[in-house]
Amino acid sequence: MSFLSGENMTGGYGGADILKGCSIDVNEGEIAVIVGPNGAGKSTAMRALLGMLDLKQGTVLFRGKDISQLTPQDRIAEGIAFVPQTNNVFTSMTVYENLEMGAFLRDDDISSTIEQIYELFPILEQKKDQLAGELSGGQRQQVAVGRALMSQPAVLMLDEPTAGVSPIVMDELFDRILEVRQTGVAILMVEQNARQALNIADRGFVLVIGENRHTDTGEALLANPEVRRSFLGG
Amino acid sequence: MEALTDVVNAIVLLLNFVVVPGLSYGSQLALGALGITLVFGILRFANFAHGDTMAFGTMMTILATWWLQSKGINLGPLPTALLALPVGIVASIVLLVVTDKTVYRYYRHNKAIPVTFMIASMGVMFMTNGIVRFVIGPNDQRFLDGERFIIRARDFKTMTGLNEGLSIKLSQGLTIIIAVVLVAMLFWFLQKTRTGKAMRAYSDNEDLALLSGVDPDKVVLVTWIITAILATIAGTLYGLDKSFKPFTYLQLLLPMFAAAIVGGIGNPIGAILGGYVIAFSEVIVTYAYRKVFIYLLPQSLEPEGLLQLLSTDYKFAVSFVILVLVLLVRPTGILRGKVL
Repeated sequence: MSFLSGENMTGGYGGADILKGCSIDVNEGEIAVIVGPNGAGKSTAMRALLGMLDLKQGTVLFRGKDISQLTPQDRIAEGIAFVPQTNNVFTSMTVYENLEMGAFLRDDDISSTIEQIYELFPILEQKKDQLAGELSGGQRQQVAVGRALMSQPAVLMLDEPTAGVSPIVMDELFDRILEVRQTGVAILMVEQNARQALNIADRGFVLVIGENRHTDTGEALLANPEVRRSFLGG
Repeated sequence: MEALTDVVNAIVLLLNFVVVPGLSYGSQLALGALGITLVFGILRFANFAHGDTMAFGTMMTILATWWLQSKGINLGPLPTALLALPVGIVASIVLLVVTDKTVYRYYRHNKAIPVTFMIASMGVMFMTNGIVRFVIGPNDQRFLDGERFIIRARDFKTMTGLNEGLSIKLSQGLTIIIAVVLVAMLFWFLQKTRTGKAMRAYSDNEDLALLSGVDPDKVVLVTWIITAILATIAGTLYGLDKSFKPFTYLQLLLPMFAAAIVGGIGNPIGAILGGYVIAFSEVIVTYAYRKVFIYLLPQSLEPEGLLQLLSTDYKFAVSFVILVLVLLVRPTGILRGKVL
């Protein structure tokens, strides 16, 4: 049984259905990646897992428990963290305060978690008193991921973490995400850079117009000629 | 020596008629503008009922003051109203929380656009205004007691031997001191406490704050409570300094909004800055400089007119003009706030 799974999800934002019986799941200590063409419903599938849209059909299970009826806030309290693609930092607050906000629901001492984040992203320690709005795109993404990790989540969901950052920063971010996996966190990612993402993925989901087209290990998908031809540009 | 005394006289004149009134009026505007800017930052709408919240809180303070006075309770040299303030604060907290539950919450849950909120707040404004006029009447009310002055003009003259006197009213001194203390407390709250940080996060990025587990209902409740405290204290200080008349508080809405927008709406430091900018502009533009120039210029150049740029009747035009200029030239305000 998977750690977090959405089964047979169907629904959208009120209009036409964007998801049509799509299923996504992720296990502990695993990186799962959702790839696919534009408009395939990748981000929507992730938002559905978080409860940000009403599903007509399908269930979301977390640790074997049905959480389909919970609000996004309640799912976050259960241990799911989400990094949106844009507007994912508090621009008028310092880097340190951003991390503090990530731990908003925790009552215990957060200093050791902050140390861990600083180890993972050393630049954040250097810039801890700077406003997050003054940082570069890549640094902001690190703040965003750091903020999400501060809640010590069991599942970390990232919506296109490498959108708009340079290739060097992208590699760097993927390295860090691999390090996060080492700590046992389940990571679910939506990615445009399909080839690089599948490279680090344990499993991949190829979505096309709201349905699962291929589901396999990252390696197998990269080797699959049909996937290569249709989605990876040969 | 004669020349030096003239310069000192001119400075005292300006201190007495421009700086001291500007500082105290500016502090009152700043406290009012802070409430407007907080509501705008957190609830994301322009609260037109703010002036009447001030009137309501002040009215309740006045009623409590009169009751205390009738019982013979007072604070000696300080105005009894300070003792009655908690009553006014609690009453306006109740007013704001009830209007939120009965009016604004409905629109919040329906995700209404800011203009809808603004129009709803105008409804609340008329209603609150009606309650205030119904209870205390539309006329001027006086509730100041205790010592009137910190320094009297006459005492200042005998002390210094100057021609011009400097008088500082107790209400002006109190206004400035209380404003400084309140603002310091507010900033400590916003910067250091968990709830304060949640408020800043919610104002900065609502979605991300919700994703971090911030409880929106609590943030909204705390915002109204702080707004009620600031509005009641600002209104009471204004009433002590000038006088209480419900219509005056409705008129205060314009300079307070101007202050919040000039400073950068949604930005608390901007609201304070804006309060002083508007207050000093009003005072500077409407002051008659004749006497100052008599001191400073040689006798042959003695001015004939009043040297007043604008009659005091037009003081509201000043904040309006500044408001329009800022919106044209720098819509985000002096310190960068949100664009309306």
